[in-house]
Amino acid sequence: MLHVKLGGPLMSQAGGATEFDVEASTIRELLVKLGALYPALKPLLDRGVTVAVNGTVYRGAFLTPIPEGAEVYILPPLVGG
Amino acid sequence: MPLDSKTEMPLRHFDLVGTRPLRPDGIDKVTGRARFGADISAAGMLHGQILRSPHAHARILRIDTSKALALDGVKAVITSADLPDRTNGNGDLFAVLTNVMARGKALYDGHAVAAVAATSTSIARKALALIKVEYEVLAHVTDVEAAMSPDAPVLHDDLYTEGVEPKPTKASNIAKRHQFGHGDTAKGFKAADFVIERTFRTAATHQGYIEPHACLANVRPDGAAELWACTQGHFMVRNTCAELLGLDTSRLRVTASEIGGGFGGKTTVFIEPVALALSRKAGRPVKLVLDRSEVFRATGPTASTCIRVKIGAKKNGKITAAEAELKYQGGAFPGSLVELGAMSAFACYALENVDIVGWDVVANRPKLAAYRAPSAPMAAFAVESVIQELAEKTGIDPIEFRLMNAIEEGGKSSFGPTFGRIGLKQTLEAARNHPHYNAPLAKNQGRGVACGFWFNFGGNTSVSLTVNIDGTIGVATGMPDIGGSRASMCMMAAEEFGIPYDRVNTIIADTSSLGFCDMTDGSRVTFSAGIATINAVRDAIGKLCARAAAIWDIPKDAVEWEKGHCEPAGANAGKFKPLSLREIAAEAANTGGPIAGHFEINADGAGVSFGTHIADVEIDPETGGARVIRYTVCQDAGKAVHPSYVEGQFQGGATQGIGWALNEEYVYGADGRLKNAGFLDYRVPVASDLPMIDTVIVEVANPGHPYGVRGVGETPIVPPLGTIANAISAASGVRMTEIPMSPPRLLKAMSERKA
Repeated sequence: MLHVKLGGPLMSQAGGATEFDVEASTIRELLVKLGALYPALKPLLDRGVTVAVNGTVYRGAFLTPIPEGAEVYILPPLVGG
Repeated sequence: MPLDSKTEMPLRHFDLVGTRPLRPDGIDKVTGRARFGADISAAGMLHGQILRSPHAHARILRIDTSKALALDGVKAVITSADLPDRTNGNGDLFAVLTNVMARGKALYDGHAVAAVAATSTSIARKALALIKVEYEVLAHVTDVEAAMSPDAPVLHDDLYTEGVEPKPTKASNIAKRHQFGHGDTAKGFKAADFVIERTFRTAATHQGYIEPHACLANVRPDGAAELWACTQGHFMVRNTCAELLGLDTSRLRVTASEIGGGFGGKTTVFIEPVALALSRKAGRPVKLVLDRSEVFRATGPTASTCIRVKIGAKKNGKITAAEAELKYQGGAFPGSLVELGAMSAFACYALENVDIVGWDVVANRPKLAAYRAPSAPMAAFAVESVIQELAEKTGIDPIEFRLMNAIEEGGKSSFGPTFGRIGLKQTLEAARNHPHYNAPLAKNQGRGVACGFWFNFGGNTSVSLTVNIDGTIGVATGMPDIGGSRASMCMMAAEEFGIPYDRVNTIIADTSSLGFCDMTDGSRVTFSAGIATINAVRDAIGKLCARAAAIWDIPKDAVEWEKGHCEPAGANAGKFKPLSLREIAAEAANTGGPIAGHFEINADGAGVSFGTHIADVEIDPETGGARVIRYTVCQDAGKAVHPSYVEGQFQGGATQGIGWALNEEYVYGADGRLKNAGFLDYRVPVASDLPMIDTVIVEVANPGHPYGVRGVGETPIVPPLGTIANAISAASGVRMTEIPMSPPRLLKAMSERKA
């Protein structure tokens, strides 16, 4: 079971909840399950997010396994200059 | 890949990485041979020009192109009708399409409304004057706080604020609310001995690249197309243009020219879809080159901002709570990137109680484009100004105060995640130990210090390399070389092969020659293309070892690679004279054919970057002018592959930040028109304005890269605004809360203080 925290505009899209427990073994699975659990989140998740797993930021490598008990944050997409 | 982990990186010896060989593109650039965007031509080429709205906000009632089309030499005229909406509900892509050519409404002064292709530039300009556009002028708003007002003119009647509860029922100019933080700030402020709260404002600035946008499009009768463009990402250009114009991606080949600066401003498309649409309509190649005024009026400036910061601290210097509210307008479309300002604002500090709210606002200005660490410099200016004041209140040296509160490995960031291996404290210590920090100051001079943070990222990257018949190596990457990546890739490939630097040549391949690559942005290229290059070399080495094994008739795993040679792996493998790369390459045709290596990755774990800057500023009390007399950048580079390029990034970022702090600003009139769309009135620093900027490369290796590399290109623009503000405050006794701190503004503040 993963404990997931939301940041940015995602925080207000899940009925006020900002933290969730989700069973998932990869980032992709986590995002799919979150979108199904909280449909209001899905459009934001589909538009792109950044996922931080134990401090490492993932922008696209979503098949990355998430270790049990990992610190997981879902954040807005990163843009660079 | 376990990036940013706490794993210690083993110290390794490098032969080439960390040295300063000559840049491979240097001679072409100083002799004028390098071909930039406007240097590309084609037989039968037409010249494109764009008609732009003179109004900040206007409904387009009618466009009559008949007279323009009738002009001799005009071969095509397009409007938004020639760029039908193929975005399938993708709001971000629709915004790009609408920015490229206005649809229904002109949303800012300079918004494109039509374009012409003609046999000469002068005919194309004459044709623009013959296009009649009937406008219904609407009320406009260019200021961020005015745009947030309930009675502001609304730009988009379908824009409802995201991220607020209850969901709004009325359209407004506020696109999104972002929030980050943790702890209890009210409790934290109660525990503070000092609380400082201030509101800051920063003007919009432009990236100020020397080379204006330019491209040449050639759509052939069979629908296949070629495009040469000055861009930070030709694969992005290909994909975006293919979608907007309904082309098959495989039939649009985009080649990146050399690039005269981008800094984030060339990470989207402005003119490329227009040139393609004109070429398609005219049936001939079309070249489009913007002039400087168009660059300012219609390509990406930064956000202008209003930022409130409140920080509390104990007498002993410990910060107890921090709050910020950031309002960023990013032009006429959602996407001010305020969230990045919000996430980076307090990233340098370990905070138990922190609350940050960001508002993404639209206004009648050109659509924002990224600029080096987008959104972070403004937030750092506000936060570092208040941090400095708290250091003064507590009587603690500003660097010591920052060290006491600095985030370090294992610390929870203000935006949530726990940091891995980071080097902020090392940059602060480097600044404290630098002779600059304790050098004497004269009358009217002051010293400032500030820190800055940027995320950095990796992304999609493809590298292909060939082992040539003479044993030289050709490396192909797909990210335009802006900051010296060709040299860095040559160095990393040579290092990994164990061969001299000059045996490797790196090119930037076009979109039909290589797998997809993300753009040159996010300080990502040396990191992610480095990973791909090193692994492509390892792929080739595996094949070279297999050829040696075949030549020696021994098993593949009985061969090992050692500094440019295949050798038997131990005595049991047999006794053979080592085979050099050159020898194996010469035999390639007879031992199985060409030898190549490649690697494709979506690289993550780029490793964040921190910097600390010191500035000495001298104030002229008569004029309010502030002159930077000494400047030092200390930044964590992870591992500097080519230190001269790293130092160049530090100096370039600092220079742009100094310009932002002191002079640069978009000035709008009451009519909503940009008043200073040229380098005479939009003043960027030139060499004679600045001292030589000193640099200290701090190396806290990034565990996510085989050589420890972190991106370095963006972080150096983050601290200068705060650094200069703190130096001006020390020199003048005035705390400036508005950027730029231009002479009239500083003079006024000093006069008010005297009064």
